[in-house]
Amino acid sequence: MNVKNYVRLEFSSLPENVSFARSCVGAFASQLDCTLEDIEEIKLVVSEAVSNSIIHGYNNDPSQTIEVVVSILENNSLEIIIKDYGRGIENIDQAMEPTYSSDPSRMGLGFTFMRSFMDEMDVVSEPGKGTSVRLLRCFPSQDHRAMA
Amino acid sequence: MQVKADFKQVRNTLVVRISGELDMLVTDQLRQEIDYRLDSNSINTLVLNLEKVSFIDSSGLGLIIGRYKKVSAQQGRIYIVGASPSVEKILLFSGINKLVPLYRSEKDVVSN
Repeated sequence: MNVKNYVRLEFSSLPENVSFARSCVGAFASQLDCTLEDIEEIKLVVSEAVSNSIIHGYNNDPSQTIEVVVSILENNSLEIIIKDYGRGIENIDQAMEPTYSSDPSRMGLGFTFMRSFMDEMDVVSEPGKGTSVRLLRCFPSQDHRAMA
Repeated sequence: MQVKADFKQVRNTLVVRISGELDMLVTDQLRQEIDYRLDSNSINTLVLNLEKVSFIDSSGLGLIIGRYKKVSAQQGRIYIVGASPSVEKILLFSGINKLVPLYRSEKDVVSN
């Protein structure tokens, strides 16, 4: 699918940048024909993915880098890729189980939110090399909705 | 946006009025501030007022569930009040409302 527009962000793995990332992606997504509720859901999944990279990928090491690429595709869908170069996930199936968390103070709902609020989620991870999360959300155009 | 929290204690009830966005940036400090008051006062009821919270993610949910465990371990009670529709949606989705009752206002908690 061809890309109509994209933004690429690269930032330090600092907690301050979680809200920066979700606000940027939310503002970019507002170019699409979507509701405020859609934007809130997109901001939530970005917050979860970036938090995962900081906490689990980098073990809160602020000197590391997180990349976010957000694209509007030709079919009016929004693709978000969040990538870190941290320790990776040993067992992706286990990490995706609802309420699983390696940190007992957290609820382990990050991947559950991502899977529930997005149409597609792909996670590629290699221990010691990092994790890439690809999220896709489709927004039917007004014309398509009128015909439905 | 940084989070702000105002604390008010009436007898054995601690009311925490939180404003801002509840994500990983602010939850550690907020956790320490709440726990300090829970530990140093004889609190048996904790009311988290989220009326002015504009965003919550799983870090914020973790803060709430952690306080639920702490207060419950001391046979206390915890309530959430005033969540906006967008915050309430996340609370309901997580199922946290099965453990921590949601009320519209602080008055509703008192009257119930």
